[in-house]
Amino acid sequence: MLQSKTFVKKTKAGRVQKVVREHYLRDDIPCGAASCSTCGAVEHPLSADAAAILVVDTNVVLHQIDLLENPAIDDVVLLSVVLDEVKNKNLAVFNRIKALCSNKARRFFVFTNEHHRDTYVKEMVGESPNDRNDRAIRVATRWYQSHLGENVKVLLITNDRDNKRKATEEGINAETVESYVRSLAQPGLLDLVVVSTSGDVTMEDVEDLRPSKKKVIYNEHKPMSEITAGLRCGIYHQGKLRVNRYNPFEAYVGSESIGDEIVIRGRSNMNRAFDGDIVAVELLPQDQWHESKSFIADDDEDEEDDVHLAPNNADDAPRKANPTQSTVTSSADSVSSRPVGLVVGVIKRNWNSYCGSLEPMPMPAGSGGVAHALFVSKDRRIPKIRIQTRQLGNLLDKRIIVAVDSWDVLSRYPSGHYVVLIENDINTRPFSTQVLACLPPLPWTLSPEDLANPNRQDLRHVRVFSVDPPGCRDIDDALHCTPLPNGNFEVGVHGSNKYAKCNFDLQWLWHIRSISIYTDIADVTNFVHPGTPLDEEAAQRGTSVYLVGQRIDMLPKPLTEDVCSLRADVERLAFSVIWEMTPHADIISTRYTKSVIKSCAAMSYVEAQARMDDSRLVDPLTVDLRNLNSLAKIMRHRRCERGALTLASAEVKFEIDSETHDPLDIGIYQIREANQMIEEFMLAANISVAEKILKHFPLCSLLRRHPSPTKEMLEPLLRTASSVGLNLDVSSSKALAESLDNAKAVYFCSGDLTFSEYYHYGLAASLYTHFTSPIRRYADVIVHRLLAAALDIAKLPPLFQDGPQLTGVADNLNYRHRNAQMASRASVELHTHIYFKTRPTDTEARIVKIKANGFIVFVPKFGIEGPIYLTPKGDKGGDWVVDEVHQRITKPGTSISYAVLQTVMIHMEVVEPQPHRPKLQLTLI
Amino acid sequence: MEYVNPLTGFRVDGRRPNEMRQLKAEVGVVARADGSALFEMGNTRVIAAVYGPREVQNKGQQVNSKEALVRCEYRMADFSTGDRRRKPKGDRRSTEISLVIRQTMEASILTHLMPHSQIDIFVQVLQADGGTRSACINAATLALADAGIPMRDIVTSCSSGYLCSTPLLDLNYIEDSAGGPDVTVGILAKMDKVTLLQMDAKLPMDTFETVMELAIEGCKAIANYIREVLLENTKRLECQRG
Ligand SMILES: [Zn+2]
Repeated sequence: MLQSKTFVKKTKAGRVQKVVREHYLRDDIPCGAASCSTCGAVEHPLSADAAAILVVDTNVVLHQIDLLENPAIDDVVLLSVVLDEVKNKNLAVFNRIKALCSNKARRFFVFTNEHHRDTYVKEMVGESPNDRNDRAIRVATRWYQSHLGENVKVLLITNDRDNKRKATEEGINAETVESYVRSLAQPGLLDLVVVSTSGDVTMEDVEDLRPSKKKVIYNEHKPMSEITAGLRCGIYHQGKLRVNRYNPFEAYVGSESIGDEIVIRGRSNMNRAFDGDIVAVELLPQDQWHESKSFIADDDEDEEDDVHLAPNNADDAPRKANPTQSTVTSSADSVSSRPVGLVVGVIKRNWNSYCGSLEPMPMPAGSGGVAHALFVSKDRRIPKIRIQTRQLGNLLDKRIIVAVDSWDVLSRYPSGHYVVLIENDINTRPFSTQVLACLPPLPWTLSPEDLANPNRQDLRHVRVFSVDPPGCRDIDDALHCTPLPNGNFEVGVHGSNKYAKCNFDLQWLWHIRSISIYTDIADVTNFVHPGTPLDEEAAQRGTSVYLVGQRIDMLPKPLTEDVCSLRADVERLAFSVIWEMTPHADIISTRYTKSVIKSCAAMSYVEAQARMDDSRLVDPLTVDLRNLNSLAKIMRHRRCERGALTLASAEVKFEIDSETHDPLDIGIYQIREANQMIEEFMLAANISVAEKILKHFPLCSLLRRHPSPTKEMLEPLLRTASSVGLNLDVSSSKALAESLDNAKAVYFCSGDLTFSEYYHYGLAASLYTHFTSPIRRYADVIVHRLLAAALDIAKLPPLFQDGPQLTGVADNLNYRHRNAQMASRASVELHTHIYFKTRPTDTEARIVKIKANGFIVFVPKFGIEGPIYLTPKGDKGGDWVVDEVHQRITKPGTSISYAVLQTVMIHMEVVEPQPHRPKLQLTLI
Repeated sequence: MEYVNPLTGFRVDGRRPNEMRQLKAEVGVVARADGSALFEMGNTRVIAAVYGPREVQNKGQQVNSKEALVRCEYRMADFSTGDRRRKPKGDRRSTEISLVIRQTMEASILTHLMPHSQIDIFVQVLQADGGTRSACINAATLALADAGIPMRDIVTSCSSGYLCSTPLLDLNYIEDSAGGPDVTVGILAKMDKVTLLQMDAKLPMDTFETVMELAIEGCKAIANYIREVLLENTKRLECQRG
């Protein structure tokens, strides 16, 4: 059928431009019910003997997604109008409901009501979009009922009082979530039900329980139409709200329309906005801007006011962008000049799930009763959240995750519900059976077909080895280094051909003057085929997440730890990059091949280092290592010459008690030559692969870039440097470590940018990508596929022919990457707290930044950064004088002064000013 | 953006991937022209007028006096797009499309039957919503037929693209501006010959073939429709004549 049968044209009138779009209505959209004989059959029909077919409204999907995911709920019809609304309001929920709809084990059917001749509704004059959509949902529900006849019960599930009333008037069966779940008689399900908010049917019950909270605490948000009008004529200003981490009662909104940050003071002015929300702000009259003097000191970016980890190296600096405001300005000036406002509406919510614990409270009378508890987030910027639970005993004193559902004007705190474990939007759920079904039969062994494959080179005779952190089980890279008769070396980097890290395999005969080096990367893509559930799951997870003592895998364990892990003495499939290098580390030629390797040793960094250092050892493996190392040193030196950043990577390492999971020891991860050697060849392999794929696919390669920092970002560093008499050249990235956490390295699609924008500032590389860790990063999997296609081994999956979709993939990878890093940091910070809780410590620290009432120190031993206050809290530092130019703080009349980069002795201790919110406190000795 | 809903398979405007927009055609809309036609593909609306065969006005333009000279002028009305910007006449895009239309029509017109003469085709886009090039060719075919100019076969054109890993027939403006490949095909319907093939992106060979096949299917469907329109028009003329 080439032409649509029936159609009506719909005109959407825009504000400035009239946009006319066709909207086809059709009569061939199936209802999806197995019992229906009129419509065509669908793949996964709604069950014929279902007690009821449920039609859910938008808010039910948005707020009750945890409930919908429970297998007790099935035979659900999702209308396209509902899905569109969910997508606009919350992408995370949309992805979860999408997964439900495509899950073959569940019966969730998508009905395109907006294009069905009988269920399409036109917006009526004066009708709001919300009302129109509610009406569309009712019309569709009624259509289902009449279409399926009286033998099937069609039930509209809505918590909206108004909608439910209208539905009942129109003769539709309608129920609230709670009453429907109650009718199922499964008590466990009720905990998943989210407490409803004002305007919802069950509000009465809630109010009974908290009569004191009935008075209005916050101002109503302005309706959207009023906000857009206000924004247009300049009464309101739009921007992202950021809450001061040090003082959760103060927030800033960066407004483009005023070109300055608007300060919001107090919870009532913040008017229920969360950190990260896009809000509309109205300015207060100018005479109120001075108001409270008590909040001045911390006009700086919040993070510095808490003890936290020092930034990592440039390529994965995870933190959010700092505001470009000037830092330590004189406090009196900054107060009077900064506009102060209040939030009149929230344009886009940034509600997430938050990690924290419940405020201690007595158990409710009687078991199984409902308790109203207050949740305290670990993140101080988040207000307390009210939740209802029937399992208070289980949750008290535990670290739990809570999702926010709503916040009405009547309640001081937002309401939420308890969920299982999704912080930073990281998927910790176990792999589904569909995903596991994609695994190769285990135990996996090398098949004759793999060997017979002409595209796969047999490198089993080559002396390949891997060097990784101790205890590493997902080895995805190996190396070799073989001297060639002409005096050069053959060096190879090998990576697992599945989702695996890369094993470097280097072979070398030291008496010959040249080496060939291989880098072998696990050949993950051999096991993870495009479009399979396994691939989709990995793409969605994006990356493995490393927490202290725990790893959340991107791929199922059999792949990460066995099939794709390039362990010693087993035959594994790999993807190799092989260079011929002169003894001066000049690359003469590069080739890429799929391979079979057999690693002869899986060493830890310490082992490899010990071998190289032990001059008595002259066995071939040790000689290989030494040769590699000398090449790596030359390469490293060259890279630094070009201006690459050499950062003291402050990676913190814990020794964990296997019984209690508490940290026993903490320290900075020691960087050895062996680490740098491996890193150097991984970088080289990534760069070589980036060049290759870009050459073949200039429009659709996945690359990684690191934008040059802007002048504003470098400003504080330059000031510090000049105060100690250093003059920095900022046109290269040399020595700009601390400033770099502002500019983030990101994945991008080569077609979206011009060549000059591809530059990786931190590595001083004109091209860069991720190829060496396919077991734990999905970006590397994509790059493996690109490389295979560039070598004509495999066809390019359809995804790559689709520019917008590829850009979307890159964006998701950036998002997942950022979340994973935030989670890792949070995990390390948590363990740091646990460690110092029982072990107050005195140690050396170095001043990195001078503030009005103290300074920020870096503790090299633990990789921690935090504030030291010279004056008691609340006192604004009147006793101390800051010298901006020389970055020095002095107490007038005394000889006491502190300058940047000075070393001081400090005391570290965990204090608990508020229950369940321990804080690491640094004080001067 | 999801141009094809992964859960239902519908496109943004409610079509399935292999469905064309609604077609509408009317012959003889410009009374003073020798032949004329209005052609609509969804919201894309195009008018074509044909003058000729008539005496060659500028002999210098004639290359071969044994064949008719075909000239084509393509214009976009200032009001045809949303922004109503005044576009200069003879910009590069218009010149290119004029050339494409002329060459495509020339392949079908029996020019050797009309020596020493010239045929002028004027095409104007009244409303643009993707696929204007194809609509122009389809309108020109109808107008030529209306003018009674001898042709080998009916030339029709249709476009197809590739978005969200799905071949899509007859892209509208939103789909067209998604940045994916856009294949425009023109065929001589009965003879099953491709006379026009344009694409402005890279596609792997096997994908390209399916995308092109789809466009050809579209061309054939349009040819059937155009035949019906012409048949009806002929019947109407017959009635008028008595
Ligand atoms: Zn049906």
